Amino acid sequence: MKPANSTQQKNRSIVRTLIFSCVLMFGFGFALVPLYDVFCRITGLNGKVVNTGPDIPAGSDKSRTIRVQMIAVNNESMPWEFRALSPMVTVYPGESKQAAYLAHNPTSEKMVAQAIPSVSPSEAAQYLHKVNCFCFDRQPLDSLETREMPLLFVIDPELPTYISTITLSYTLFDITSTQVAENNLSSNPAQPNSTGRNTL
Amino acid sequence: MNTMTKVEHTEHHGPAAGLTRWLYTTNHKDIGTLYLWFSFTMFLTGGCMALMIRAELFQPGLQLIQPEFFNQMTTMHGLIMVFGAVMPAFVGLANWMLPMMVGAPDMALPRMNNWSFWILPFAFTMMLSTLFMDGGAPNFGWTFYAPLSTTYAPPSVTYFIFAVHMMGISSIMGAINIIATILNMRAPGMTMMKLPLFVWTWLITAFLLIAVMPVLAGVVTMMLMDIHFGTSFFNAAGGGDPVLFQHVFWFFGHPEVYIMILPAFGIVSEIIPTFARKRLFGYSSMVYATSSIAFLSFIVWVHHMFTVGLHLMGELFFMYATMLIAVPTGVKVFNWVATMFRGSMTFETPMLFAIAFVVLFTIGGFSGLMLAIAPADFQYHDTYFVVAHFHYVLVPGAVFAIMAGVYYWLPKWTGHYYPETMGKIHFWCSFIGVNLTFFPMHFIGLAGMPRRIPDYALQFAEFNMVASIGAFIFGFSQLIFLALIIKTIRGGSPATAEVWDKPHGLEWTIPSPAPYHTFSTPPEVK
Repeated sequence: MKPANSTQQKNRSIVRTLIFSCVLMFGFGFALVPLYDVFCRITGLNGKVVNTGPDIPAGSDKSRTIRVQMIAVNNESMPWEFRALSPMVTVYPGESKQAAYLAHNPTSEKMVAQAIPSVSPSEAAQYLHKVNCFCFDRQPLDSLETREMPLLFVIDPELPTYISTITLSYTLFDITSTQVAENNLSSNPAQPNSTGRNTL
Repeated sequence: MNTMTKVEHTEHHGPAAGLTRWLYTTNHKDIGTLYLWFSFTMFLTGGCMALMIRAELFQPGLQLIQPEFFNQMTTMHGLIMVFGAVMPAFVGLANWMLPMMVGAPDMALPRMNNWSFWILPFAFTMMLSTLFMDGGAPNFGWTFYAPLSTTYAPPSVTYFIFAVHMMGISSIMGAINIIATILNMRAPGMTMMKLPLFVWTWLITAFLLIAVMPVLAGVVTMMLMDIHFGTSFFNAAGGGDPVLFQHVFWFFGHPEVYIMILPAFGIVSEIIPTFARKRLFGYSSMVYATSSIAFLSFIVWVHHMFTVGLHLMGELFFMYATMLIAVPTGVKVFNWVATMFRGSMTFETPMLFAIAFVVLFTIGGFSGLMLAIAPADFQYHDTYFVVAHFHYVLVPGAVFAIMAGVYYWLPKWTGHYYPETMGKIHFWCSFIGVNLTFFPMHFIGLAGMPRRIPDYALQFAEFNMVASIGAFIFGFSQLIFLALIIKTIRGGSPATAEVWDKPHGLEWTIPSPAPYHTFSTPPEVK
């Protein structure tokens, strides 16, 4: 029967198209991950910071000062003592500033930590340039070891004038178990993130 | 069930006998029946969980169940009602009615149809089996936010993930089948703009399913990888972001809520004209409104996450986009009202459920508008106000529409009229029960009672007691529904082919009960 055949053919082509759309949408679900990351970086939403590296904007703006509050947070079950050396520093926009956090591992074992930064208000995130930061790398500490963790940053003079205080928060995560698992898995040099995304 | 398709009414050959009939069937009516019974079973299962929740909340303090088990109940109740009760019920109605409405002999892909149903019992057995596992069932809420559902999840989460995968596959196959049926199998002369609205709304719903179920599969796959393969999609320590989970989840989740309501719009648009004895007011505006709602559903998902710390522009965009949805929805509500206006209305049970749908769904819509106001949402977020809102659109919304549809088409399926008085008793018990349950939740929500907690402050005691009493009235009145359906299948006064007073649609041109095979030769559509 001719019409039945042509219906069957039409059905087949519809099924093909729809299955293809499903596969596409499954891929789109995963594509949302990098898209979200790029979006956050461009807009500075979520306090994610784009600007890393040594490019210091030239000249400092002495007409105003910015207060930078340093916050230290331990993620749940992270036993380290972790605090900023000075909880607040005052800087001129454009001036590079050295700050430091103090970390102490009170346990009897060697542990590895990763600090994840966040900037508030989020509009300020894209104006905070970090020249060097302990959060760029994983931080191993031996048992009972204490270390000062340095941070060098510059605030872009372009920072909107209505922002006079920036809060920079670091959350410290215990990644000892992941680190051990990865070392066992391969001898790859440890990268701070498994999804291949940079955390400034 | 066998009486539903009596052998003497079939012209060619009847259904096979025994259990294998249901296992191997490719008949759209059989599969529709299977879907509907499965959905009703899940409705009662999820309902028992809801009653456990309400029993615990009858009084402040912990009386009956422990908080850990309470969390499992809220999670399983949500998952079962969404994926096990509401969605399969609509697919069941689609299976029964779509081929008869478009003048097709069966669904386009009957074997796949069988498969998409039979995946479901296995998926839900797997999901329910987690209740008996070490560490208990999933306890992170039906929205399964990471890291609750990854880092802090019970071991049974893996079974939950695979169950969701299977449901997703089932829904996608169902959607493919529906689209192919509607686009390819229409009788000659049945143009797109002559399609009954139930068909139209299901076509749009099926496209939504195709678009978002794969995203749900993606997000649970990411969870699986985070839990078992050491990735860090949602793990901040590894450079991931828990807020990303919410974005991906709600990109699926928001269209999902329209998947659960658009077919309900279709059912109500079939029923109201029949009992108002007028043509539906504004048919084409209904089609366009449904399409606009479907389109808008993709750009509003962030209104579920106003409190995560968004940029002001984000809050504003998603607030206005959400409010925009009220426009096409308002068009639909006004069309239903205009259809009833100056009609010769009678109030049989399907019409009662349909009118209750229009009124109560509108209440749910308005509380939705309140929630859409970003600055106000900070107060309402995660309170019982949200619970009241989505139960108003899902229970007297989606569930009432499904019940209306069952009453409306039951004589066509069984060949018997259902007992009208019993139907009306069921309606009034459900109506009173639903409002007693969910209306007080608005007040306790605004007063600050958070959702998903087993215990609460004393000042919420009275309203919670009222809600619990209402929940038990609503729950037990569903047994009337069950008894009525069994009674109607077994016998009753024989239904005519038209069943109602001059209803429109091809399904009313075939005898009642509908023969096992219908429209083997396509009907003429004028």
